[in-house]
Amino acid sequence: MMRFLVIRFFRGLLTLFLVLSFAFLILRSTGDPAMLIMSADAPPEALEAFRKGWGLDAPLWQQYVGYFKNLAHGHFGYSMRDKSPAMDLVLARIPATLTLALPAFALKLLIGISAGVYAALHRNTWIDRLLISMSIAGYTMPSFVLGLVLVLIFAVGLGWLPSGGDATWQHAILPVITLSLGGAAVLARFTRSAMLEVMGQPYIRTASAKGLVWHRVVLHHAMPNAAIPTLTVIGFMIGSLIAGAVVVESVFSWPGVGRLLVTSVANRDLAVVQSLLLLVATTMVTANLVVDILYGWIDPRVRTGQAAQGKTA
Amino acid sequence: MTTLLQVQTLSKHFQVRVPEGWRQRKATLRAVDGVSFDLQAGQTLGLVGESGCGKTTTARLVLGLTAATQGQVLFNGQPVESKRDATWRAQRQNMQMVYQNPLGALDRRLNVISQVLEPLLIHGLGDSLSQTEQAQELMASLGLPRPLWYRFPHELSGGQRQRVVLSRALILKPSLLVCDEPVSALDVSIQAQVINLLQDVQERLGVAYLFISHDLKVVRQVSDQVAVMYLGHIVEQAPPNQLFSEPFHPYSQALVSSVPSLWQGQNQKRHILQGDPPSPLSLQSGCVFQNRCPHAQSICRQVKPRLTPLNPERHIACHLFAENPRPSAVPGEARS
Amino acid sequence: MNAPSLTEKNQPEDAVSSGKSAAMLIRSMPLLVRLCALWTVVVLLIAISADFISPYSYSQLDLLARLNPPVFWGGSSDHWLGTDELGRDVMSRLFHSVRISLLVAFISTLLSATVGVLMGFAAAHFRGWVEQLVLTLVDFQASMPFMIIALAVLAFFGNTLVLFIALMGFYGWERSARIARGLTIAANEQGYAAAVYDLGASPWRVYLLHILPNIASTLIVSITLTFPEVILLESGLSFLGLGVQPPMTSLGNMVGYGREYLQTAPWILLAPSMFIVVTTFSVSMLGDWLRDRLDPTLN
Repeated sequence: MMRFLVIRFFRGLLTLFLVLSFAFLILRSTGDPAMLIMSADAPPEALEAFRKGWGLDAPLWQQYVGYFKNLAHGHFGYSMRDKSPAMDLVLARIPATLTLALPAFALKLLIGISAGVYAALHRNTWIDRLLISMSIAGYTMPSFVLGLVLVLIFAVGLGWLPSGGDATWQHAILPVITLSLGGAAVLARFTRSAMLEVMGQPYIRTASAKGLVWHRVVLHHAMPNAAIPTLTVIGFMIGSLIAGAVVVESVFSWPGVGRLLVTSVANRDLAVVQSLLLLVATTMVTANLVVDILYGWIDPRVRTGQAAQGKTA
Repeated sequence: MTTLLQVQTLSKHFQVRVPEGWRQRKATLRAVDGVSFDLQAGQTLGLVGESGCGKTTTARLVLGLTAATQGQVLFNGQPVESKRDATWRAQRQNMQMVYQNPLGALDRRLNVISQVLEPLLIHGLGDSLSQTEQAQELMASLGLPRPLWYRFPHELSGGQRQRVVLSRALILKPSLLVCDEPVSALDVSIQAQVINLLQDVQERLGVAYLFISHDLKVVRQVSDQVAVMYLGHIVEQAPPNQLFSEPFHPYSQALVSSVPSLWQGQNQKRHILQGDPPSPLSLQSGCVFQNRCPHAQSICRQVKPRLTPLNPERHIACHLFAENPRPSAVPGEARS
Repeated sequence: MNAPSLTEKNQPEDAVSSGKSAAMLIRSMPLLVRLCALWTVVVLLIAISADFISPYSYSQLDLLARLNPPVFWGGSSDHWLGTDELGRDVMSRLFHSVRISLLVAFISTLLSATVGVLMGFAAAHFRGWVEQLVLTLVDFQASMPFMIIALAVLAFFGNTLVLFIALMGFYGWERSARIARGLTIAANEQGYAAAVYDLGASPWRVYLLHILPNIASTLIVSITLTFPEVILLESGLSFLGLGVQPPMTSLGNMVGYGREYLQTAPWILLAPSMFIVVTTFSVSMLGDWLRDRLDPTLN
């Protein structure tokens, strides 16, 4: 298993490296990075210093190395709009996003897994079919539509909840619900099929034939085994949380990282975009690594290393 | 009779990595090691042995489907290419393979007659009309009536599918057909039919067969010569009657005695091998069979016996049959 | 290179059955799936005939008739679905948006499927470092949320329509690549592909005539499931103002610009929203049903 983890770790580093190289390539091909990163009216000496720091007159590969050196020293550039360091801007917004993301993640897990398990246990009843249709609907409805509809109903129509901004905790309710429902739908579907597959296995029948009480069978045998494939989906869910945050924060004018990304892209504030890219990549790589570790911990087959080679890619 | 196929000290080694705790060790897997035999036109050589002894790899080497590590294969005096270029593809017209799993070897989306005539399309032989006629004739002569021609592989029975595979292999009129366990996947009654068919085709078209199987009874029926393989080596080669009534090599004896049958008569002694077959990865020096051979001597652990002829028809690779044969092991045959 | 001339269509017995099978197909769909198929056809028709069925041009201003509600909400029958803040007819804009959104989705899906299949074939055929490269790219694509990558590219390169479609074309290629690679490896190692190679066929023949038809059904299902996702992605980006730019209009675009009038004229964004939801739902259901149907036949 150690071998498996080491491989995954290096894969993660490779991904990070690729993302950064990708950013470097794009950055270099869109014009003078000094102007782009430092903003047009920075003092000429600063621009010169930046260019030297970047080694812009040096051959490309040297610039490449210099780029990574800059990053290693924490030089992520300056926002064109604010003139303040880009990474600081980004980091300042993280708490706001987490305020939405963490509860949404918890809700997703709660709703998704329980709905999925319930549907699996009551297979082919109307509840099951209803849940399946709802989950398909949840997955095909874009989050901005869902958000807007919720605002229409609860804010405009009923006036119960505010429609935008982040002043009070009530402001967070609609965004969190919007963020969690789509992912919950996917998770419900997936959990249902994982449970169904596990329940059809011979060892479940053996367990219940042994005389075990049914909900013990479900809790101690079925669910842990169904958790294994479900774990990989959770890794994807983190990715979709990030993507979802981008849209949801824009719908609800929530001052988080997602909204920053949208406005930076619209303004071509490249330093900020680059910093955000780095942040997202690091988060994804870490999340995937954690999932892999959990995976290896839960699934004894992976620990022995035999199955690992077959499972990757 | 001309020597159609000559295989000379053919070897195929694979470099593999064996997991060993934390790391992986590099090892050499000797699938085929120093194999030599001849096959005459219109004859059948049976190749027997347990799973993993290298039979299929040998077959693929003979047809040039894999590159040899050492040695060579001569077909009609010409070396067999293994690089898949135009020359190799042209050589395919003369040598073909019949597989163990007929359903897997056929494209399930195409009807069987189009698959039978595909080789003609590939090599550009004849026009559309003559191709169809050839395919129809061939299929009919192999016992596949007209209603079956436009069916799909999964709509046919196992025996019928194997006939389709056979037709596809024969439509180019090859002089050599390698059959890799062609009847193992079939019911016993169907096996007999297909075997008869193979022999029939051999008489009519003069095709030579390299017949690979682990089923000794079938091999006995079709072969003119039988070679016994163990861990990538040929340990004995003889005409089937001689081999099955009086096997010489200790491994052959064990193989033959494991088949309960009528032809061995009352004095059938069961030779049961001790121990597990060693893996083809960790080969020591000396004879490959030493770990399980009841007659192993010290020379067996040091020197690998070579395949030498006892008489024109019989070859054996065993130290017991060297200059001074031990009387107790051999029923009286001396080296000529 | 000529294909085997005797295919299913040539036999006398089967000529009749191919006509029958279309009817049987429809009959075998459960009611919900039939409705979804119907809606999909309707949407396609709208997209194709947008110019003919729109009562007005989609950019035609009528400043005297701004923010008129739809006909069932108290408005006049001049504009069935009402007008927007510049007096433009919502229904006409809707039809055109459908056309643009569908166009983007179609081209992108086709692009991503083609790229994916080629990469998958390359990986399976050459193995070695080519395969490793493809797998690394697949991993990379699968590990980053596509929206973030898309946003980064849009930031750096701007968003002309051509660029946008090319960008969308990178969505989901990794699924086709995985499928193509997996099925090709299986075919090459064990089955009919290996057999046809041994007969002396060139790789081109094997891939085009044998492997591709066999993996087509799995690929089609994957494509059918990717298509609605592209619609969602495009509308999301357009909603954020970063996708299809005015004067062109797309479904997401309409929702985005109509968002300001949520309280005063909600119909502006409700019509395109409903379209997005129902269309993606329908295509997803179709894709699901297709997958359920095609899988058991894979014997």
